[in-house]
Amino acid sequence: MAKMTKEEVIEVAHLARLAITDEEAVHFADQLEAITNAMELLNELDTENVEPTTHVLPLVNVMREDKSIEGLPRELVMKNVKEHEGGQVRVPTILD
Amino acid sequence: MKLADKTANELQELLHSKELTIAELTEATFKRIKELDPKVDAFLALNEEQATKQAAEMDQTDATERGPLYGLPIGVKDNIVTEGLETTASSLILKGFNPIYNATVVDKLREAGMVIVGKLNMDEFAMGSSNENSYYKNTKNPWNLETVPGGSSGGSAAAVAAGEVPFTLGSDTGGSIRQPAAFCGVVGMKPTYGRVSRFGLIAYASSFDQIGPITRTVKDNALLLNAISGHDEKDSTSANVEVPDFTAALTGDIEGLRIGVPKEYFAEGVSEASKQAVKDALKVLEEKGATWEEISLPHSKYALSTYYILASSEASSNLSRFDGIRYGYRTEKAGSLLEFYMNTRSEGFGDEVKRRIMLGTYALSSGYYDAYYKKAQKVRTLIKQDFDKAFENFDVIVGPTTPTPAFKIGEIIDDPLTMYANDILTIPVNLAGVPAISVPCGFDNGLPLGLQIIGNYFDEETVYRVADAFEQATEFHKETPQTWEGAAQ
Repeated sequence: MAKMTKEEVIEVAHLARLAITDEEAVHFADQLEAITNAMELLNELDTENVEPTTHVLPLVNVMREDKSIEGLPRELVMKNVKEHEGGQVRVPTILD
Repeated sequence: MKLADKTANELQELLHSKELTIAELTEATFKRIKELDPKVDAFLALNEEQATKQAAEMDQTDATERGPLYGLPIGVKDNIVTEGLETTASSLILKGFNPIYNATVVDKLREAGMVIVGKLNMDEFAMGSSNENSYYKNTKNPWNLETVPGGSSGGSAAAVAAGEVPFTLGSDTGGSIRQPAAFCGVVGMKPTYGRVSRFGLIAYASSFDQIGPITRTVKDNALLLNAISGHDEKDSTSANVEVPDFTAALTGDIEGLRIGVPKEYFAEGVSEASKQAVKDALKVLEEKGATWEEISLPHSKYALSTYYILASSEASSNLSRFDGIRYGYRTEKAGSLLEFYMNTRSEGFGDEVKRRIMLGTYALSSGYYDAYYKKAQKVRTLIKQDFDKAFENFDVIVGPTTPTPAFKIGEIIDDPLTMYANDILTIPVNLAGVPAISVPCGFDNGLPLGLQIIGNYFDEETVYRVADAFEQATEFHKETPQTWEGAAQ
C-alpha cells in the first residue's frame, strides 16, 4: 500500500497549479491515499500482453483543406475578458 | 390531464388543433418552474425573455412545416454552452461566463424548433453523483426533497421528474445521465460514444463524455436523440455513421431477443430491492418473448479504479485551461504569474474538482505514469473485450442502473470512495463506449429504481426497442412524485 504524504500532495498541487494550505494538504493526502490504494486493485491483473485503449472508436487524424477560415470577431472574443485595452487582454503586473 | 403530464405527441396534437399555442405552452412552463423550482432547485439561469419572444414568433409557422419537437420546451445541462445565456458548469470559476457560440447540440435543438427555457444544475464540471458538488445550489430529488437527485446531471433529471419541463439534455461520463435518471424515475439515454457531437460540451474526460436526452417516456427520448445525433466536423471524435430514425425501432416486438444478465451486476453492495426489481423486469421481458441467460463480464470489478485513473487524468489536462486570463473567475491576490494561476484556480474550483485534478496529475506524473495511467488503459481494453464477447451472443445486457435508490443529502459527501461506488454499474459502459439507457422499473420505500439496458456499438435502436417494450408493459413511468400535486399546469 502506497503512502501519500503531505509533501507529495503539495508537490502534485503545485504541478496542477493549485494553491493549498498545509491543513488542506493533510486532508487531501488521506483521501488521495485511500483512493490510490483502492486503485492498486488493478495490479492483480496481468496486462503484460494487453494493448492499451486510448479511445474506443477507430479514430484517424482528420485533415481539412489548407485554406484560411475567418475567425471570430475580436469584440466577441473579448466579451468575457475581465479587463482589456486596445484589443489586448489586461492582466495584473507580474514583472517588476 | 395537465400539460406537465403530456408527451411530445400529445403536446403536438394540442398545438396542431390550436387548443394551445407555443406562447401559452412556454408561459405555462415558466409558471410551473417558478412554482416548483424553489423546492427542487433544478434550474440555474432562466431564458425567459428570449424564449417568450421566440415562442410568439414560432406560433406564426405553418403546422405543415413543423417537426415533432417544434415549439416544445427543453432545459439544457449547464456544461453545454448556450450563446448569450450564462453557462457555468456549476463552478465558481465560470461564474458570469457568457458563451459566444452555441454547442452543436444547441444549434440542433434550435433547428428542431425547440424552446430552450434554461440551464440545469449539476455537479461542478460533471464530477459527482449527487449534485452536492455544485457551487450554486443542491438540487433535490422530487420524490423526496431530503434525498439527492443523483448526478452529475441531477438538475436535468429532477426537472423532468418534477414536470418542470418534458425534455432535458444531460451528459454522461461515468453514469451522469443514467444514475440521476434512475434516482428520479425518468428515462435517460447515454448514446454510443461519438453518436452526438461534443462541440461546446465543456470537457471533463474527453474519451468518455457523451451528451444524451432525459425524458419521461422512451418515445420522447428517441425523438430527442433523433434531433441531436450526427457527425459534426467541429468534433473530430464524432462518428461519421448513419443516424436512423430511432422512433422507428419502437415496434414493441422483442420476440426472440437474447438478453445477457451479468452476475457481477448483482454482487455485494447491490441492494435486494434493486436486484428484485430487475428480476421482475426480466419476467416482463420474458413474457414478451425475450430469453435471458446469466453471463459474466469478468473485469467489472476493475472498472471503478480504471475509470477514476483515466477520467481524472483527462480532467487534469482539460481543466488546465481555466487560468483566469481570458474568461471566468480571476483572483484578487497575486504577486506573481504563478500566484495568479494558483490562487485563481484554488479559489475557483471546489474540493472534488481539486481532488480529481490532483489525482490525474499524480497518475500522469513521471514515475507513476506506467503504474497508473498506462495500466488503466490496458485494463480498459479488457473491459471493452468483455462487452465485445458478450455481444457476440446477446442483443442487450440488462441489470440495475444503480446499487441503491437515492440517498440522503449530506449522507456520503465526505467519503469520496463511497460516493464513487454509486457509479459501479454505469462506469463499465463508458469505458467500453457502448450505449445504455435507464428506465424506471420499481420503487424502494417510495424512491424510484432504474433498469439499465446496454446495447452494442451504434445499436441504440435495439436498446430503445427493449426499453419501449418494457415501458408499454408496465406502469412505473406513469407514477409522479408528490411535488406535482396541485402545482401549476
